[in-house]
Amino acid sequence: MTDAPLLEMTDIHIEGRTGDDWVPIIKGVDLTLQRGEVLGLIGESGAGKSTLGLAAMGFTRDGCRISGGKVMFDGIDLLASSVGTRRDLRGSRIAYVAQSAAASFNPAHRLIDQYTETPVVHGVMPRAEAEADAVELYRRMQLPNPEEIGFRYPHQVSGGQLQRAMTAMAMACRPDLIIFDEPTTALDVTTQIEVLSAIRDIVAQFDTAAIYITHDLAVVAQMADRIKVLLRGDEVEEAPTREMLAAPKEDYTKTLWAVRSHQRAVQPAARGVPLVELRGITAGYGRVPVLKDVSFEIHKRRTVAVVGESGSGKSTAARVLTGLLVPSAGEVLFEGEPLPPDFRKRSREQLRQAQMIYQSADTSLNPKLRLRALIGRPAQMYLGLQGAALDERVRHLLNLIELEPDEYIDRLPSELSGGQKQRVGIARALAAEPKFIICDEVTSALDQIVAEGILNLLDRLQAEFDLAYMFITHDIATVRAIADDVVVMQSGKVVEQGEKADVLSPPHDPYTELLLSSVPEMDPDWLTRLLKERADIADG
Amino acid sequence: MSELWMMIGKRLLYGLLTLFIVSVIIFGASEMLPGDQAQALLGQSATPETLAALREQLGLNDPAPVRYWNWLAGAMSGDFGISTSNQRPIADLISGRLYNTMFLALYAATLAVPLSLVLGLLAALWRNSIFDRVANASALTSISFPEFFVAYILIVWLAQGGHFTSLARIRENTTFVQRLDMTFLPALTLTLVVTAHMMRMTRAAIINLMASPYIEMARLKGLSPLRVVLRHALPNALAPIITVVALNLAYLITGVVAVEVVFTYPGLGQLMVNSVADRDMPVVQAISLIFASAYVLLNLLADVLSTLSNPRLRHRR
Repeated sequence: MTDAPLLEMTDIHIEGRTGDDWVPIIKGVDLTLQRGEVLGLIGESGAGKSTLGLAAMGFTRDGCRISGGKVMFDGIDLLASSVGTRRDLRGSRIAYVAQSAAASFNPAHRLIDQYTETPVVHGVMPRAEAEADAVELYRRMQLPNPEEIGFRYPHQVSGGQLQRAMTAMAMACRPDLIIFDEPTTALDVTTQIEVLSAIRDIVAQFDTAAIYITHDLAVVAQMADRIKVLLRGDEVEEAPTREMLAAPKEDYTKTLWAVRSHQRAVQPAARGVPLVELRGITAGYGRVPVLKDVSFEIHKRRTVAVVGESGSGKSTAARVLTGLLVPSAGEVLFEGEPLPPDFRKRSREQLRQAQMIYQSADTSLNPKLRLRALIGRPAQMYLGLQGAALDERVRHLLNLIELEPDEYIDRLPSELSGGQKQRVGIARALAAEPKFIICDEVTSALDQIVAEGILNLLDRLQAEFDLAYMFITHDIATVRAIADDVVVMQSGKVVEQGEKADVLSPPHDPYTELLLSSVPEMDPDWLTRLLKERADIADG
Repeated sequence: MSELWMMIGKRLLYGLLTLFIVSVIIFGASEMLPGDQAQALLGQSATPETLAALREQLGLNDPAPVRYWNWLAGAMSGDFGISTSNQRPIADLISGRLYNTMFLALYAATLAVPLSLVLGLLAALWRNSIFDRVANASALTSISFPEFFVAYILIVWLAQGGHFTSLARIRENTTFVQRLDMTFLPALTLTLVVTAHMMRMTRAAIINLMASPYIEMARLKGLSPLRVVLRHALPNALAPIITVVALNLAYLITGVVAVEVVFTYPGLGQLMVNSVADRDMPVVQAISLIFASAYVLLNLLADVLSTLSNPRLRHRR
């Protein structure tokens, strides 16, 4: 074997089309990868990580083009080679693992048919052999029932299993290089661990080189030999993982490292009548109960974080609170008074007291309305404000969320950044002057620095307006940052609740323990250590 | 699997319900017209006595629900009553023409459906290419002209040259091959009329999917564009395609009056138009019911097939 690198990208420039113009996305980045090496590529969304990763396959998405640079893969100039040459390499020697396996598996075909397609089309092995090989790789990826899981359709398999099946599919032709594009971002922390360890093992077993794209520093610390940091299409710095973690050189990298700094002052203990109370709620869709006898309280000026994995019933609890879902048993109390279970039967005053901020500001803001109307409408509807008073109110709210009123009041949501949109979502909730706000995963779609700003804003507003928050999240770091009380949910039940300090420090309920220990840490040995500990416990 | 059959059963019930409502509307609409069947049969010169006798004989004095029931029960067993313009049983009048109509519709469909699917697939595959533009432009052109105009153009081009006959006068003793030859021009006219719709829907349904992550995945697996479209996009685009094909098949059965007239083809459409002109209400009712059934049945079939094309419904968790 030669010492030449497997992949050498030099001075890559990529542009994307917006309207009639070509805007640079990647501005002259170099990337070198040796055989069997794993390179972590990190940065915020929009930094160009995926674009650069795909360019390593000589591929660009529609509306993008590689405008300069050179991609050498094992002595082949990818950009200068023919379409056919590139097609022969893709899947067989360079493979791709996408962010959402649920969306990237074709819903119309069984997993094994999608697995065998690559080796058969590339002439690596015949169908029967590929099937046997699939079972072997499914086994190595620690999938349950490796013999028959391939014969299921994607919708019959869970997200974490799909992500592992996709990694197995990428391995089908034993490629020299795999691009992992945020493979665990869409997964719960406990599932993430299984996928991470499976990916790490299989990459090591076959000595496959990989580019591991993620925005999660703790994850990349477990996976990569070297880390490259990108910011708006430029390289910030690159160093071996331990070196980078121990001593980041650039200021931007340091801010990434230091970002989880939001700390909440300890609030006085809750007492008196709770502002909001769920009492013995059982609810579900159709006949299947999603919530089973759920009770918790939310006190004035306090933030209750409701934590759990997807499917645990967090959002359903919020739907019951707001009256969107009528529970089959139990009641919702507001300041000690029971609320009608159906929102249609609640008075306008009752509705005004509880507002919501949604996870995706992109889809929860009407794209055709300007901020004036978006924020003004609840103020108009609940408080009856008109004309100059309404205008004054909207401007005041914009000031509160730190957007300059004159500049922003007549903008459309599409003219705002992700963080600004979420701020508008907050202003819209505040416009009704509620006592209680439900925040449903409000920072999950945001980059860490932006999320930090949102958390600070929510904190400030809470102090200013005596608000109570119900903060739905799956992210323990956010819980640590913002909560006073914590409710841990699993499969529709509350497994543990209490003040943050009590819930987050031992002794734990076993599920809370699992959840907490699954949150990746910056230490590059964390995953290895954790897996060893868990194995030791399993061995007794 | 049982849930799927439940769903199909439900659709069937809805289909029957729709047909029932349509039959009520057809019956009610002809009730509202002035004059009745006895008057139409005997003409303006009939005496009140003979009219009364015939009314008695035909049961026209029964209350409307009873007459509706008798009509519907007859129609179900293939007896649509008697034509008022030529006193023949409507079933006899219709059966030959129904066969002709179905023949022409099927003929046109066997030309149009494969053609539009292939054109649509290729247009999606070579999106924005010369082929795509030409296919789109010609399909749009042919759909924009009135049917009779397309028919006359075809006659001028193809029949005048002596390749095909411009008159589709089918008789009892016409052989199958002769029939195919005689009806080629009407079938081609209809093909030109319906292809655009199906082709553009196929193209749109596939292009709509081309941005999905699993298509990108297929491309990143190094598959050829044709394989990506055929194996990864098409199976997921079936539902809208099936729906538009069914709609066009229904149109081929029910909407071909102009083409039948131009080629003097003895189909149901012509009979319907003539019967309306003759105020031959029983015939109009019968044909309306047949046309409505064609629509309902084809849409029902499309519903069931699109449901079956969805793996999430076919294979439960």
